[in-house]
Amino acid sequence: MHLDFERDIVEIQEQIDKLLDLADRRGIDVSDEVTVLRSKLQDLKEKTYANLTPMEQVQVARHSQRPYTLDYVARVFTDWVELHGDRGYRDDEAIVGGWARLGGRSVMIIGQQKGRDMKENLRRNFGMPHPEGYRKALRLMQQAEKFGRPVISFIDTPGAYPGLGSEERGIGEAIAFNLREMSRLKVPIVSVVIGEGMSGGALGIGVTDRILMLEHSIYSVISPEGCAAILWRSAEHKEKAANALKLTAKDLHAIGICDEIVPEPRGGAHEDWDAAADVLQEALDRTVSELEKLTVKKLLAQRWAKYEAIGAWRDS
Amino acid sequence: MAWFRKDKKPLKAEDRRDVPTDVFDKCKGCGEILYRERLAQNLNVCPTCGYHLRIGAHAYISILMDAGSFEEFDADLRAADPLGFSDLKDYPTRIAAAEAKGKNEGLLSGTGTLEGIDVVLAVMDFDFIGGSMGSVVGEKIARAGLVALKKKIPFMIVSASGGARMQEGIYSLMQMAKTSTVLARIHDEGLPFISILTHPTTGGVTASYAMLGDVNLAEPGALIGFAGPRVIEETIKQELPQGFQRAEFLQEHGMVDRVVDRRELKAMVGTILRHQFAGWSD
Repeated sequence: MHLDFERDIVEIQEQIDKLLDLADRRGIDVSDEVTVLRSKLQDLKEKTYANLTPMEQVQVARHSQRPYTLDYVARVFTDWVELHGDRGYRDDEAIVGGWARLGGRSVMIIGQQKGRDMKENLRRNFGMPHPEGYRKALRLMQQAEKFGRPVISFIDTPGAYPGLGSEERGIGEAIAFNLREMSRLKVPIVSVVIGEGMSGGALGIGVTDRILMLEHSIYSVISPEGCAAILWRSAEHKEKAANALKLTAKDLHAIGICDEIVPEPRGGAHEDWDAAADVLQEALDRTVSELEKLTVKKLLAQRWAKYEAIGAWRDS
Repeated sequence: MAWFRKDKKPLKAEDRRDVPTDVFDKCKGCGEILYRERLAQNLNVCPTCGYHLRIGAHAYISILMDAGSFEEFDADLRAADPLGFSDLKDYPTRIAAAEAKGKNEGLLSGTGTLEGIDVVLAVMDFDFIGGSMGSVVGEKIARAGLVALKKKIPFMIVSASGGARMQEGIYSLMQMAKTSTVLARIHDEGLPFISILTHPTTGGVTASYAMLGDVNLAEPGALIGFAGPRVIEETIKQELPQGFQRAEFLQEHGMVDRVVDRRELKAMVGTILRHQFAGWSD
């Protein structure tokens, strides 16, 4: 699968494949031509991915071949033990959680999980959690607190699910309660946006000491489509909305909301899951190590100061 | 019997004739034509059907605070345009238009007394860009909460909001975290936080401070939810049941402690605060 702005990249890739096929069938040496094309391909990928428009970033962030939470869990951590359920209603598979090991220490992992195919997506509700998902996440975070272990939260959701059951069981309350409790959790918490972080549904597992963002991930108060539908009165204006919302990792790093951009392999994380995981592992291990040095008092004071400073207004 | 419970007979048909338009309102609940002055005396609750008409932030302050006790703070905070946002209009133009109506950036906050109890009160104003939560709303709530923390007195918020202020992008979203952080500190300090939800309270406000009260009180009939009804209908492709996301529905589903008539709101909050915190003088 390729995205529309990748047309030139795909064309070169096809030329390479044709040449290799030709070489295979006729025994011709095409190595010089292939070398030239491969270098051209790499240059083009680099150039394309360094200059994505905000809406193109949105497409990459939602790429169906992009690694999801459990793909990183398998590559970044060891000794993974998934834990299920909120102990109140059911297990919401749009959020996964459990113990794992990172750099010799145990950590609690929380993450929104999209499905890879239709069958899995029905089970995981396309990564859109219900209240019980947020309550499971909090239960596990409080378990981490009990044992003095750090929490790592993977953000990747189109939003909390807007449905009947979701509202009946208090999606607003579930998210609100997580915000309050995460802000007073007495262990280090780090979040990393790996794909799309949309609205309160993302923030519900996102009140953390550090916010990392993968290079091509996005974080926003509303999707560009939703914003365009309301403010431009048509979802067709999504590109304008994507520009205006300042939702890319680069934009959010520039205004200090994102603490660190985690670089992705050339052409995006979907091109090389292992390489993307390696870079993320280093960033997470380093970030958690820094936070572990702080006393609980200092940790909380820093967390509060971080959030209390966010905003822009005029005094007049 | 309290003054506001005095028997009020519905207007007779002959009273309605030739009434100038600036002295009456039509009840949205039952269609009854009501004298504005009489309606105001009844706190804008329809005497016939009990429908709660929407009222502004100043009206809630006069309903909840003892007369003359309220002192506003942070009245000079005004919205900025951190993202340089422009849709069909640019954001500064929208702010200027809202400010021209004489409204205070979506929220009034200050200290006062409620039945003699010192409290910090913040009231949202739906008339300012749909009561949307931007940086100023978040900052004013955070500052108000810190005053409650410093003075060790109860904190109350009256909510009315369409959700996030999209024109402030991620700043708007992060106000949910900011306000919840301050409420965590109030919680840890053992101070009461009373949340009063009025029509409508939706989006990021519902998913942050509005749902975090030790006691959540809601006005009758108020629409309260995270996702708006239209978004839900579009998602599930069916019509929503009658009364869905209304205050009574939320009480039934365990999300608000009580649905309280506006005319009984102050007395109810006073009683709760004395139970929780202030104690009884007799």
